[in-house]
Amino acid sequence: MDWLQNLGKGTLSSFAAIGRATYLLFGALFGGKPNFKKAFPLLIKQIHVVGVQSLVLILVSGLFIGMVLALQGYTVLIDYGAEDSLGPMVSLALLRELGPVVTALLFAGRAGSALTAEIGLMKATEQLTSLEMMAVDPLRRIVAPRFWAGVISMPLLAIMFSSVGILGGHIVGVEWLGVDQGSFWSIMQASVDFTDDILNGVIKSIVFAFVVTWIALFRGYDAVPTSEGISQATTQTVVQASLAVLGLDFVLTALMFGN
Amino acid sequence: MTSRKFEIMVGFFVALGIAALIFLALNVASAGVTGSGQTYNLYAKFDNIGGLKVRSAVKVGGVVIGRVEEITLDPVDYAPIAKLAIDSRYNNFPDTSSLSILTSGLLGEQYLGLEPGFIDETVEILGEGGFIEDTKSALVLEELIGQFLFSQGNHD
Amino acid sequence: MSESELRLTSQLENSEQPSDWLKSPHVELKNVTFSRGDRLIYDNMSMIFPKGKVTAIMGPSGIGKTTLLRLIGGQLYPDSGEILVNGHNIPSLSRSELYKVRETMSMLFQSGALFTEMTVFDNVAFPIREHTKLPEDIIRTMVLMKLEAVGLRGAHSLMPNELSGGMARRAALARSIALDPELIMYDEPFVGQDPISMGVLVRLIRDLNQSLNLSSIVVSHDVTEVMSIADYIYIVADKRVIGHGTKEQLLASESPLVQQFLRGESDGPVPFHYNAQPIKQDLMQD
Ligand SMILES: Nc1ncnc2c1ncn2[C@@H]1O[C@H](COP(=O)(O)OP(=O)(O)O)[C@@H](O)[C@H]1O
Ligand SMILES: [Mg+2]
Repeated sequence: MDWLQNLGKGTLSSFAAIGRATYLLFGALFGGKPNFKKAFPLLIKQIHVVGVQSLVLILVSGLFIGMVLALQGYTVLIDYGAEDSLGPMVSLALLRELGPVVTALLFAGRAGSALTAEIGLMKATEQLTSLEMMAVDPLRRIVAPRFWAGVISMPLLAIMFSSVGILGGHIVGVEWLGVDQGSFWSIMQASVDFTDDILNGVIKSIVFAFVVTWIALFRGYDAVPTSEGISQATTQTVVQASLAVLGLDFVLTALMFGN
Repeated sequence: MTSRKFEIMVGFFVALGIAALIFLALNVASAGVTGSGQTYNLYAKFDNIGGLKVRSAVKVGGVVIGRVEEITLDPVDYAPIAKLAIDSRYNNFPDTSSLSILTSGLLGEQYLGLEPGFIDETVEILGEGGFIEDTKSALVLEELIGQFLFSQGNHD
Repeated sequence: MSESELRLTSQLENSEQPSDWLKSPHVELKNVTFSRGDRLIYDNMSMIFPKGKVTAIMGPSGIGKTTLLRLIGGQLYPDSGEILVNGHNIPSLSRSELYKVRETMSMLFQSGALFTEMTVFDNVAFPIREHTKLPEDIIRTMVLMKLEAVGLRGAHSLMPNELSGGMARRAALARSIALDPELIMYDEPFVGQDPISMGVLVRLIRDLNQSLNLSSIVVSHDVTEVMSIADYIYIVADKRVIGHGTKEQLLASESPLVQQFLRGESDGPVPFHYNAQPIKQDLMQD
């Protein structure tokens, strides 16, 4: 009966964690009056940390993934004489799936883990408590700007990822492998729909941004304030955020492109 | 001050993101056809829709003017009915127009080719909910090969 | 009330001054009971921290001194009892009322808790910028004056990781007095300090208390330092106050617990563990 007891305990404690995470999110988003004049510089700073500083990673990864897609796609399509479809293949794969998903995974590893470690360390060094004692709400002062910065940055990064990936596909497909430039772009334009493909990809990315940033912030805020606790929390952020992204991606794909 | 530097970098970052979105909208997607703008619905009945799917393109002379929005079966004669969403800018098709299911390349995507019909006093213009009578169903493989050979010379 | 408390209260009645202090409390704990999980930390404890005085809380580590400060700051809630700060019952306040009361108090954390991503200057300016709309040049003057008071004006542009432990604690002290609070709580301010920094901190706490006319609560187990600055002292052990009074009263106390603590055997095994089960039984329990 031990395992049953453990299962029950585990279930209860994960419900408790979800409860605390919800409390954290509500406190950050709705606690107290927003003060845009003070919040704006904080937001800018955090977009710099989570967004601008992830830019190079995202651009380089996007370029390589686009190039690999074109290379792999070409070897398959050429057998059917359908290499003209390389454009839509690369662009649809990036816009619908790889752009949002890979960006979210990279973001979880690059920015999410950093957010967790930062907030966990602020907790361990009593900076959060100290804020509370100064009558400054850490949820508003620390968590909220980071949350919004993540939600704003990740979709932008995903858009850039897809764009650079398509350019990478162009470099490999058109410049190296000799696919006709005109058909690469025109067939791509005929197959890609702004609402269905691009906007749906952006919506996916916003959902991922929300979830990844939320998990990262919660794991940091909820970390056991020791070095071991913070290292565990950081790992949990990457693992849980990645699983959440992949799981949600399936659900969203089924909803958006399922019929 | 350092915050000035952050502002510039973040401004650059956001501008780059918006530029990428514009690039996607203008160069990657067919600029502004369907979904984004106003559309109206037309209906067409086929014997066999082959590989036609929801979201397949509707083209006139190779130009995308709309998409298949829904495919259902007629409850009486069990013939498939396609509901099309056509860009409102193209609202002047007579009811003599014909619709055929075509394929782009061998094994390519199937799409609907709309052939605008003649216009005289007796002919009505297709409006919201209009029905296209003249339809050609999906091609069988032998015909498809013929079409492939034909399409070697001119891309759609 | 315990035996020793009764005795001390009667002693207080003889000496006029301290009993007057106790009539004007800044912070008052009334029958506070607090537990962490199943573990009882405080059992029906009452304390008075007089206005404008330095009150010390002494006790072995792990007894819940930091916890006590957090209870006063409203970060933890007692199971029962009242915690009055300037007459406001902290556990019953709404969030915004609590934040209002917190603006009148500040706490110096064991670790200093400076914000690591800002300079010393910005750390001290932080509460001012958060709670006032003062122009930057006035903030600058205020910050430099606070830093001058703790002797760190020259270090204003350093980052916290460039400070020594003693300097960090003084910088944190400058930050906690930035908005001229009415109450400062010091959590173990002397731990891990070299004798010189210790002397500097002792003098600072004393001076700040007099010049700003604020109430101070000092948590510590450094008997000598506490004796040199505290107007009033509480000794806490075993979930309750085991002795309190002025320095003289405590030194004259007959309680063996108090005497043992004052002699510096702060974690002396026998008296503080007297109600535990025999160690053999404890060890064999697993
Ligand atoms: N976050 C916590 N969760 C559970 N127990 C705690 C926590 N913090 C402290 N405690 C327990 O409460 C007791 C009092 O802690 P603390 O107030 O830090 O003691 P002190 O400051 O006197 O050394 C300790 O025995 C400690 O084990
Ligand atoms: Mg402590």
